[in-house]
Amino acid sequence: MIREFSSADVLFIASAVRWTLILSAIAFLGGALGGLLIALSRTSHSRALRRMAAGFIQVFQGTPLLMQLFLVYFGLAVVGLPINPLLAAAVALTLHASAYLGEIWRGAIEAVPSGQTEAATALSLSYRDRMRHVILPQAMRVAIAPTVGFLVQLIKGTSLASIIGFTELTRAGQIINNATFKPFLVFGTVAILYFILCWPLSLLARHMEARMRRAITR
Amino acid sequence: MTEHAIIMRAVNKFYGDYHALVDIDLTVERGERIVICGPSGSGKSTLIRTINQLEPIQSGTITVDGVELTAGGDNVAKVRQDVGMVFQSFNLFPHMTVLENCMLAPMKTRKTPRAEAEATARRYLERVKIPEQAEKYPAQLSGGQQQRVAIARALCMKPRIMLFDEPTSALDPEMVKEVLDTMIDLAREGMTMLCVTHEMEFARAVADRVIFMDKGLIVEENAPDAFFGSPKNERLKNFLGQIA
Ligand SMILES: Nc1ncnc2c1ncn2[C@@H]1O[C@H](COP(=O)(O)OP(=O)(O)O)[C@@H](O)[C@H]1O
Ligand SMILES: [Mg+2]
Repeated sequence: MIREFSSADVLFIASAVRWTLILSAIAFLGGALGGLLIALSRTSHSRALRRMAAGFIQVFQGTPLLMQLFLVYFGLAVVGLPINPLLAAAVALTLHASAYLGEIWRGAIEAVPSGQTEAATALSLSYRDRMRHVILPQAMRVAIAPTVGFLVQLIKGTSLASIIGFTELTRAGQIINNATFKPFLVFGTVAILYFILCWPLSLLARHMEARMRRAITR
Repeated sequence: MTEHAIIMRAVNKFYGDYHALVDIDLTVERGERIVICGPSGSGKSTLIRTINQLEPIQSGTITVDGVELTAGGDNVAKVRQDVGMVFQSFNLFPHMTVLENCMLAPMKTRKTPRAEAEATARRYLERVKIPEQAEKYPAQLSGGQQQRVAIARALCMKPRIMLFDEPTSALDPEMVKEVLDTMIDLAREGMTMLCVTHEMEFARAVADRVIFMDKGLIVEENAPDAFFGSPKNERLKNFLGQIA
């Protein structure tokens, strides 16, 4: 039974945007925390920590996000947790974001000249104070543009959660398409909504990158 | 109170296979001013960087103000609070104002209250003759001004020993004097100082002892008059000929 594509369908799709946003926010905040730990581990003096963080990054950058989603989704059942698409998608995307943000931020920390660490160390500042007051504020300036760029990737990446049955924007489109069979109209609407979410962020990232480049060449 | 500021005994330092410091023995008295010179790569920076353990050593002992660096515990942190360091490349924190640069370490490591840290910072900025730059960022200052801020920043920790690693080498010639004058003032006030520098005028004016290093060894050391007037080592003679 095929029905018309109505304004109610557009509303249904548009309201699924909030799940895309919620999933993106969880993954980004979780990934920021995880990414900071990964970046600090990668730049630490402990070889064991560096190795572990490097291994984590390699695994999550070297396998498709979809496989990570599947593994977490079915893995939840294996460890006796109820199968929950939101939980699975949130966990998988958080791990994914941790790896990528960790790598971006490692580079940003390493871009701070070593003289900064030396001066802070000579002033007897502890590791914590060095990071917090000297290194991270400077690394942040370098990291902010690629971080926003990654956020755009992450928002688009949440569309894969539709495959494990989580009703975010893409899956809402699929549901409406199954009922109306107007793929161009439906997925065109979905694509426009993604674009509205991502485009301002892309602009922001490009703007910040240009500002960074000017600051460096100044 | 021990009488010696720094005691280095049989100190050896390796970078991988490279023997950067070879059996260094050096005793520095309180209030003594020492100038270290030598060709590039001879281990001058490495030597003074072992004193606050920016570079760890592989054997030997270093005792600073009666605290043995290698003995573990929080000895390294204690020594670093007592030893100020000034670098060739200034290494000011670019995201902080001059004043914030000077207040950070006292507030964080000595737990000095903000008002007191600020008063101290302003006092030392006055002493290095740039009180009016307190609210500026490092990038807005000349090289000579930046280096004087770096000296003030180190002094705000009230160190008993100051280490200088070629503090004027990165400066335009016209700014060398203002930094050397600041260092001479400091020497006159009785600060214990170890300065890696090739400014021989400075060495003659303030040094109690001049040390010549070559290939990781202390090759010759003497009072400035004898050091410059009657050098014994061939390489030192050569070296003095080159920089004169
Ligand atoms: N971090 C390092 N890793 C490897 N070798 C180093 C390092 N730092 C210095 N060296 C080497 O140790 C030697 C002494 O260096 P340094 O103390 O900086 O000399 P100087 O200050 O007298 O020019 C040089 O040959 C230099 O290449
Ligand atoms: Mg050097």
